[in-house]
Amino acid sequence: MRQVSGIVRPKGWWQTLQRVFLFAVLGLFCVYYLVPLIVMVSTSLKSLAEIREGTLLAPPHAISTDAWAKAWSTACVGVRCNGLAPYFVNSVLMVVPAVLISTFLGALNGYALTKWRFRGADAIFALMLFGAFIPFQVILLPMARTLGELGLAGTIPGLVFVHTVYGLAFTTLFFRNFFIGVSDGIVQAAQIDGAGFFGIFFRIMLPISIPAIIVTVIWQFTQIWNDFLFGIAFTVGESNPVTVALNNVVNTSTGVKEYNVDMAAAIIAALPTLAVYVVAGAWFVRGLAAGAVKG
Amino acid sequence: MAGITLEGVRKNFGATEVIKGIDLQIEPGEFVVLVGPSGCGKSTLLNLIAGLETLSAGDILIGDRKVNDVPPRDRDIAMVFQSYALYPTKTVRDNITFGMETRGVPKTAQAAALTEFAGLLQIDHLLDRKPGQLSGGQRQRVAMGRALVRKPAVFLFDEPLSNLDAKLRIEMRTEIKKLHQRLGKTVVYVTHDQIEAMTLASRIAVMDEGHIRQFADPATIYENPVDLFVAGFMGSPPMNMLQGKLVRDGGMAVLCGEGATQIRFPLPDQIASRLAGSEGRAVVMGLRPETIFAAGTELPGPDRFVFERPVVVDEPTGPDTMIVFEIGGQDLVARVRPKDARPGGSTFRFEVEMDRAKLFDARTGQRL
Repeated sequence: MRQVSGIVRPKGWWQTLQRVFLFAVLGLFCVYYLVPLIVMVSTSLKSLAEIREGTLLAPPHAISTDAWAKAWSTACVGVRCNGLAPYFVNSVLMVVPAVLISTFLGALNGYALTKWRFRGADAIFALMLFGAFIPFQVILLPMARTLGELGLAGTIPGLVFVHTVYGLAFTTLFFRNFFIGVSDGIVQAAQIDGAGFFGIFFRIMLPISIPAIIVTVIWQFTQIWNDFLFGIAFTVGESNPVTVALNNVVNTSTGVKEYNVDMAAAIIAALPTLAVYVVAGAWFVRGLAAGAVKG
Repeated sequence: MAGITLEGVRKNFGATEVIKGIDLQIEPGEFVVLVGPSGCGKSTLLNLIAGLETLSAGDILIGDRKVNDVPPRDRDIAMVFQSYALYPTKTVRDNITFGMETRGVPKTAQAAALTEFAGLLQIDHLLDRKPGQLSGGQRQRVAMGRALVRKPAVFLFDEPLSNLDAKLRIEMRTEIKKLHQRLGKTVVYVTHDQIEAMTLASRIAVMDEGHIRQFADPATIYENPVDLFVAGFMGSPPMNMLQGKLVRDGGMAVLCGEGATQIRFPLPDQIASRLAGSEGRAVVMGLRPETIFAAGTELPGPDRFVFERPVVVDEPTGPDTMIVFEIGGQDLVARVRPKDARPGGSTFRFEVEMDRAKLFDARTGQRL
């Protein structure tokens, strides 16, 4: 890797002033981005009384996790008052298979499209790319009908199916672009070494593509976990994913608006994507380092 | 061990014909080098033998078996790639044993073969490393190990040395030759480097634009090229190509240059006798740089011709000095001993071995 920190820069009071200005602006934007998160966390740790008395930005005096407990297990979602927990489980049951299946199929597609060039491969890839640009509202009705025919309407497997199908365009794109940079010689060598289509895929190409897998998993996990449209369109009541349930928590508070519970619920719903970024992000860097190997 | 037979082999990519009908008979145990400029089809021909490309027409036989429709893994071949094509996530050990692994060779046999060839190639201390942690030369050895370890009937090499630095390339060249001597397997080796071709091959196939121009042992290719292309491609510095005209006035001769600087190169009898009746014909005379030297510095021989020309520049290479001079507007190179060299501008007496001159038809490029 080329060292860039040693490149000579001009010096003097004008340059110093420029850097002070630069960091001042950066600091300002940092605060601007962080304030909503700070407000959410601090509000979720306050009692209702404290919220009413203090200002929005004031830190909590007496830290209380009651709001978190309520959001998790007793808040009312519509008419059922079991908290977000069951819907969180729904989301997990939806996101795990959907991410795994769409990533796997994307890898297989990308491999076949780049390393086993067949007549019409480019046309097929172009058509798949088209899928990445479809506005999802357009397919709501036909998909609802399809799910009905398949007997998957209103179920979590149905949602897994929808996310897998519409994730394929992106996962294929990611893996196709990754594999196109992998030397064809590796595939030829493996063929002479006696490996077949799937042998090469599982034993050679998948291990090479770990960086692409990580990127794809982060992307797919975020997309599917945060999805609201498919969740609200294709599931009902008990099979709602957590995003839909969060909406219902916030909208069904009768009487007093419990801001602390709403804030806690929102953070709970957002935590898994944050966790994926933190955990997979570390792997991502490691994957990049390991992948920086010339064939 | 097996030979390879190519009969009427053709390959098209769409409308482009890359291999235009090739017949080649490679004997068992032979080291054949396919050499030619970029785009001559040599790598495509190798890929056809490997089964990495599908034939458009013709037959390929390995041993007595027709392999037109046999996939690469069943052809009993191994290949070393220019990029090495090592599996980046596997250790050196797993890279080498992968081919045996997929073929279900028992672990003990795998280990034995690994030990044998890792020792031979001096990579036994690298077995647990990944390709990314190896130098270019080490990767090259691992790629060789991967090919050798399966003990196939035929080895295919696709420019295996072109990614190495000059010194390492010469070392590995010698090692490859030693390995061939030791294992005696059939080798087909592709390169664009004519020195590699000369040093390694038992026979060289010189290719150009999808044809084989000449298929012969290195000495024949060098001393008896069939046409201008082969003559110009082999040899470094390349053969001097002098435009001239055949004349007969007191013996057959080639007349080169014009006016006062015109030089008349007398042809020795064995060449002249082949040319009876072609007086006035435009020819190209090929003179290798080492057949032109400072007059009187070699033991006298028959058919020598001495002439004088001014030196344009001198280019020392160490063991020899190249002297560039001019005849009729064409640059020529003579190879002289450093102590005989003279600086640019001085007049130089050259002596040329006319019995090693090669004459080609100026129009067709064919040898006369």
